[in-house]
Amino acid sequence: MSRVVLVTGVSRDLGRRFARTLALDPTVSRVIGVDVTPPRGDFGDVSFVRADIRNPVIAKVIAKEDVDTVVHMSVISTPSGAGGRNSMKELNVIGTMQLLAACQRAESVSRLVVKSTTTVYGASNRDPAMFTEDMEPRRPPRAGYAKDVAEIEGYVRGFARRRPDVGVTMLRCANVIGPHVSSPMTSYFRSPVVPTVLGYDARLQFLHERDLFSALSHAVTEDVAGTYNVAGDGILMLSQAVRRLQRPTVPLPGLALGRLSSTLRSTGIADLSPELLGMLTYGRGVDTTRMREGLGFTPEFSTAEAFADFAALMPSGPRRSERVLAGLGRVFPVPDPDPVGPRAVPALGSDRG
Amino acid sequence: MGDAEIIPIGTRGRPGRGTGTAPSSAARGLAGGAGGEPRPVRRKADAARRADAATGPVDEAPGAADPALEPVVQPAAEPADESLVEPSGTETPAATLPEGESPRPAVTARERHPHAGIPAADLLAAFQHASRELFGEQWEAQLAHFLAFLRRRVTGDYAVDEYGFDQEVTQRFFMAALRPIAEKWFRIEVRGIENIPAEGGALVVSNHSGTLPIDGLMTMVSIHDRAGRFLRPLGADLVFRMPVVSSLARKSGATLACSEDAERMLRGGELVGVWPEGFKGIGKPYSQRYKLQRFGRGGFVSAALRTGVPIVPLSVVGAEEIYPLIGNIPSLARLLGVPYLPITPLFPLLGPLGLVPLPSKWLLEFGEPIRTDEFDAGAADDPMLVFDVTDQVRETIQQTLYTLLMERESVFR
Repeated sequence: MSRVVLVTGVSRDLGRRFARTLALDPTVSRVIGVDVTPPRGDFGDVSFVRADIRNPVIAKVIAKEDVDTVVHMSVISTPSGAGGRNSMKELNVIGTMQLLAACQRAESVSRLVVKSTTTVYGASNRDPAMFTEDMEPRRPPRAGYAKDVAEIEGYVRGFARRRPDVGVTMLRCANVIGPHVSSPMTSYFRSPVVPTVLGYDARLQFLHERDLFSALSHAVTEDVAGTYNVAGDGILMLSQAVRRLQRPTVPLPGLALGRLSSTLRSTGIADLSPELLGMLTYGRGVDTTRMREGLGFTPEFSTAEAFADFAALMPSGPRRSERVLAGLGRVFPVPDPDPVGPRAVPALGSDRG
Repeated sequence: MGDAEIIPIGTRGRPGRGTGTAPSSAARGLAGGAGGEPRPVRRKADAARRADAATGPVDEAPGAADPALEPVVQPAAEPADESLVEPSGTETPAATLPEGESPRPAVTARERHPHAGIPAADLLAAFQHASRELFGEQWEAQLAHFLAFLRRRVTGDYAVDEYGFDQEVTQRFFMAALRPIAEKWFRIEVRGIENIPAEGGALVVSNHSGTLPIDGLMTMVSIHDRAGRFLRPLGADLVFRMPVVSSLARKSGATLACSEDAERMLRGGELVGVWPEGFKGIGKPYSQRYKLQRFGRGGFVSAALRTGVPIVPLSVVGAEEIYPLIGNIPSLARLLGVPYLPITPLFPLLGPLGLVPLPSKWLLEFGEPIRTDEFDAGAADDPMLVFDVTDQVRETIQQTLYTLLMERESVFR
């Protein structure tokens, strides 16, 4: 069965590139991109329809084009990208409501894929190490992006109840990272001096942009309904990530960093949202067992590999200490059997048995 | 003057110890090792004098022995010879000095460069010796490993598990820092370490005491050193709220004490440590020492029942006495957001010095494991069974505590 897929939010880079990738899929006959502003850059085989999802006109597009699959990617995480927090909230929440209302009326729609985010789990000191899909955030989000996403997920669940014949797939994606991604997280790592929260070291998980596209395509083409966490394997500590980038860091006390971030936000220099700050303080990990077993998807990049791919295109720092240590390492080459390294531990354990 | 008795200080005026008649041996040693210049001069002079005594003609022997060097050194050597070997000589050598310098001892501070006495070989030897002291006999390999480790740390090229546990840094730093405290300060004696399974998940349940969770740290290092496994402690959410403490806790393998994490770790085959008394146990006054508090809601038992891992009861004696809690400042504690603000006999009184724990003698006894894999599947949801097992664990620990207390000679011995 060939599909007609409607993709929302194609004016932004990730949406545009996903639509382009999806158009290359042989099982997909037609891809329609919808947004308020036309996309900039190569759009490939995708036909663009200029429509606002906050407007009932979207229902006409769905009916006219006989769309059977809707991919909702128009969830904005930064107020600066939408022209203020109010407009961002309207676009996120009202847009989703209108889109879902249109889908509910359209008989042709048989599948809905929503790109959600692991931000819905929040970040706090009372979090379990790894969130599974059934867990709730320990502190319900009160404002901002996290609240928007929580509301969107609520509407999507309501839609799934009202239209049980539609397969609804919700992908809670970890922070998407890659050489071309511009998000609050990537711009944080791209800043010349990386501010960190003094005394905390967050656990981070990343999803490579290519893995995001393949996960969404997988959800479009395969029959897999449900909610899934999508993230690369493994964990990277924030301190470790910054060391891999060789960026200088400024550890600031949490309160000072909060104040700095609101100053930076109001001056428009950087967008360190409270959710991102919470994430950089307490970190977050999500369990991806269901992604492997239920969704049947395996990311190509692990967290560390995705980050390495992101870091590869960034100008590297002076790396002085690394060079000194490398020089010393040539003077004293490491002999092969490692007596004190990590490998010694299982040996220790087996010794006593 | 006549009847004044002269009492020589020190060695009763034995010759050669600086009594005035001759330079002391130490001084002679100094003169001998005073760098490049005086040494050849005196040797040359000696040689010249010996030649003088033996053969007579002065100009023959030096010329034959060292034709290249002798003409240069000879004029300087002559006066030095006179002033050094025969201090009682006449004034004439000074008058015959070629440059008109006044005669002076061969050794002066001016001639010694600060680093002249330490040749590069000595420095290298000292470095090797220090390395050997620090890293043992295989210091070169050890140093190489240390450098490789340092490089991995600087470039971030190491792995942590999903809880943020950094095995390398735990092993190299945290354990190394805690080991002397455990062995030298608290002189920890461990019993029943064979009750810790060599592999697979297990839950170590311990009493909690001591105002600060030092007992948890000591249990971690004792298990690591004697059983060769890492204990993964479950900490209160306060631990993960406090800066510095939170990142250290995650790095050393701790995670939040919640059923999700406990079960996840136990399923992953980790050795998990819990202190079910929590703040009630650690912050109890000194008068209630070794009286176990309520064991929470028995959440640890449900976790063990769900995962079917054995429960290893651990009784710690000695931790109660490290900071005897005699008072509390509840209002200030509430202000700071901590469960209690302790007053110990030393703490606010001596300031930071009061944070040094008293060196009590510690006994750790691991009891026989309590198996949980023989219960039915729904056992974890049976509150009565959970309470029963909780009480069993609690009673075991309490009885062992009493036995250990009877055995202990005194708090500090």
